[in-house]
Amino acid sequence: MSLKTVEQSITAAEDLNETLNAFLEIDRAGALERAAALENSGGLLAGVPVAVKDNICVRGLQASCGSRILGDYHPPYNATVIERLTAAGAVIIGKTNCDEFAMGSSNENSAFGPVRNPWNTTRVPGGSSGGSAAAVAAGVVPVALGSDTGGSVRQPASLCGVVGLKPTYGRNSRYGLVAFASSLDQVGIFARKVEDVARVLGVIAGRDPRDATTADVPVPDYAALLTRDLKGARLGFPRALFGEGLDREVGDAVKAVVDVYRDLGAEIVDVELPHAKYAIAVYYIIATAEASSNLARFDGVRYGFRAEDAPELRQMYRRTREEGFGAEVKRRIMLGTYVLSAGYYDAYYRKAQQVRTLIKNDFLSAFERCDAIITPTSPTAAFALGEKVDDPLAMYLNDIYTVTANLAGLPGISVPCGLSSERLPIGFQLLGPYWSEPTLFNLAHTYEQARPFTERPPVFAAP
Amino acid sequence: MDIAKVAQLAHLDLGEEELKVFGPQIAGIIDYVEQLNQLDTANVAPALGGLTPEGEQTDSSRGDEIRESLGQKTALAEAPDPAAGHFRVPKVL
Repeated sequence: MSLKTVEQSITAAEDLNETLNAFLEIDRAGALERAAALENSGGLLAGVPVAVKDNICVRGLQASCGSRILGDYHPPYNATVIERLTAAGAVIIGKTNCDEFAMGSSNENSAFGPVRNPWNTTRVPGGSSGGSAAAVAAGVVPVALGSDTGGSVRQPASLCGVVGLKPTYGRNSRYGLVAFASSLDQVGIFARKVEDVARVLGVIAGRDPRDATTADVPVPDYAALLTRDLKGARLGFPRALFGEGLDREVGDAVKAVVDVYRDLGAEIVDVELPHAKYAIAVYYIIATAEASSNLARFDGVRYGFRAEDAPELRQMYRRTREEGFGAEVKRRIMLGTYVLSAGYYDAYYRKAQQVRTLIKNDFLSAFERCDAIITPTSPTAAFALGEKVDDPLAMYLNDIYTVTANLAGLPGISVPCGLSSERLPIGFQLLGPYWSEPTLFNLAHTYEQARPFTERPPVFAAP
Repeated sequence: MDIAKVAQLAHLDLGEEELKVFGPQIAGIIDYVEQLNQLDTANVAPALGGLTPEGEQTDSSRGDEIRESLGQKTALAEAPDPAAGHFRVPKVL
């Protein structure tokens, strides 16, 4: 049983890769071997094929992070989330394409070419976990892992018409996730059904002594908590976020979701997040500052690419990084270096951390009046490949609805809620207080049952 | 902003073309993030990381005991230029 499922999944990954470019490595032999060894064994995820973003370490497979600087890198260890997935019987079938070091919202910053959206191959799948989102949307795998630093799971989930979760900061271990911005990064989960996301979170979540930022908070049986009962649920509606910059079709679709929740028995409460409009500015200071520090380790000494013909050490560092990193990564390292440099630290970094406090406080006070907040996930449906590559700021503004959860450490989930007039998926986002994943799953699952999203993209795995 | 100076601090050997493209782009982003100056934050404590209250209370200390590590052979296996059990680099001076 599991062997056949895994084999079908690998074949679909191979067949569709020319069209989607979703995988950077497909491990046919290894995955089949593990699936065969699992035949008739138990485990919550026994024989479930899983795709993993190429910035999460899987022993024996590559971990390029979509970058030339790690193009041939094979980590000698497993990320904790991978240890837990495989212990539950899941079979990793391959590594998925992504924006270089998870920096991007379109997957166009991969050194190995962009991923294409299965709904329309002239459109982006979103990013940075675009390959994982596309692989799930195209029916290649039922589950995939990504990482979410500013929306990199939720935004591609929305653009590809699948469910995507960014858990509370400290819910999942970051050990073995290549660091981009450590105070924002979390491993996230893609699936076509909320229940599948809930099951996988139950497997991978929890305290890990190898990641000091994981919290000692019990992991409930998330799937068992899907009651479909919304009586007494209070859903916050931040009206001000449904204005300027939001595509009308997306806004209407998400407002229709609010109506569905009202009909299902939830109380809709107006909430205000007065500092949310500053989130992108805060994010691009904090994320780039942390990235400039984290990416300092890529210097051509211990692993990865090293530039040739550099007879002196500092020259070797500089050429390795110049040749190894792509444009967006260099831009962000530069920005982060600048905002941390002597004389500018207080004006930029400290200021951003102060506004981060204000954003966090906005949410904490809003959650005194509601159990979750609904927003669009992305201001538009999938945009065209090439449309925003020359305008980094326009690209950053895609993250306006998602970055707040990372800045405040909150969990967020994106759920599909229909197609645009161009037949492109639209998603809505639910944000909740710390550790409120059960509430988010229940809200998302109840909507999903009431308004099932059953459409399939034109690029889809053969049955 | 002296973009060539920042590139040097960041250990990036940027070419003339890149400096020309990145300069205005980064200046535009800096201009955008300066909207934070509209806010009076004199009495606001800076957030330190993304930790939840539960995360802050989690004790991450452990006993000072020797544990298994990668070992020399594995640690050198991905090195661009390993030599005699070491990472070899070009001359420093």
